[in-house]
Amino acid sequence: MSDPLHIAGKTYQSRLLIGTGKYKDFEQTRQAVEASGAEIVTVAVRRTNLGQEPGEPNLLNFVTPDKYTILPNTAGCFNAEDAVRTCKLARELLDGHNLVKLEVLGDQKTLYPNIAHTVRAAQQLVDDGFDVMVYTNDDPIVAKELEDMGCVSVMPLGSLIGSGLGVLNPHNLLLIMEEAKVPILVDAGVGTPSDATLAMELGCDGILMNSAIAHAREPVLMASAMKKAIEAGREGFLAGRMPKRVFANPSSPSEGLISRD
Amino acid sequence: MTSLTVNGDPMTLDGTTVADLVAQLQLSGRRLAVEVNRDIVPKSEHGQHRLHDGDVVEIVHAIGGG
Repeated sequence: MSDPLHIAGKTYQSRLLIGTGKYKDFEQTRQAVEASGAEIVTVAVRRTNLGQEPGEPNLLNFVTPDKYTILPNTAGCFNAEDAVRTCKLARELLDGHNLVKLEVLGDQKTLYPNIAHTVRAAQQLVDDGFDVMVYTNDDPIVAKELEDMGCVSVMPLGSLIGSGLGVLNPHNLLLIMEEAKVPILVDAGVGTPSDATLAMELGCDGILMNSAIAHAREPVLMASAMKKAIEAGREGFLAGRMPKRVFANPSSPSEGLISRD
Repeated sequence: MTSLTVNGDPMTLDGTTVADLVAQLQLSGRRLAVEVNRDIVPKSEHGQHRLHDGDVVEIVHAIGGG
């Protein structure tokens, strides 16, 4: 079944986007990305270690820009200025590639988005020609505002980054999706394959996750599990669930029973 | 000799350009981005962009992240 995800004019078959943080090494990262089937992979932008040996391995040699859409993030930025600067560095790093994941965080304890700074940074980035996928809270008004500003995807949290608590407020996600014309991706909070499936059954367009895979006991196996969970949830959403009812309704016919007179 | 701040640390550059700095740090050919005094210096200009005493340089690359 062809059911592609469209983001910023590009078409993707996978609705799972994964992060590359917290893996044991680059080889495990590569294997997890491969097993997940993800086509969009996030990376962080950081100062280069100046004492390094020539030929030191580089993430982008394992997860290569010719095979994957690299999505640089602004993780660790706590104000709009740092986030915009990071995106400009990322664009230079990736040879003019415009797609970025904007996240401007509020504090270390919650990593909750600072919405005032997120909105300010989003506006500057959109004006500067970036395709902005934006991490936000699950407030439907803010989500709509970010979409109206020209963000190519709005990515509300399911729960706090790295918490693994799943989607804590499915009703808010439904409110967001009801109004949205851009893809809504759940970013953050998914802990298990069933969390991912539930989010997809709600009608989310995709999920971005990192810790749920990288912090699993077997990350590569979990990457494969997440791929299937998202496909199952998506197909379940498209198929439409049966109605809930209070009393039983037998699946086998009641006609022709041997005990009937 | 040019005195710079590179990634937060003081550094003395023997050459004159961004390309010289990248070479001195043994980073030539690596995928990175350079900012001088908060402005991006595109790769195509590394060979021409001259550095001056007091310039603040950031050199970044991609690492694992969500």
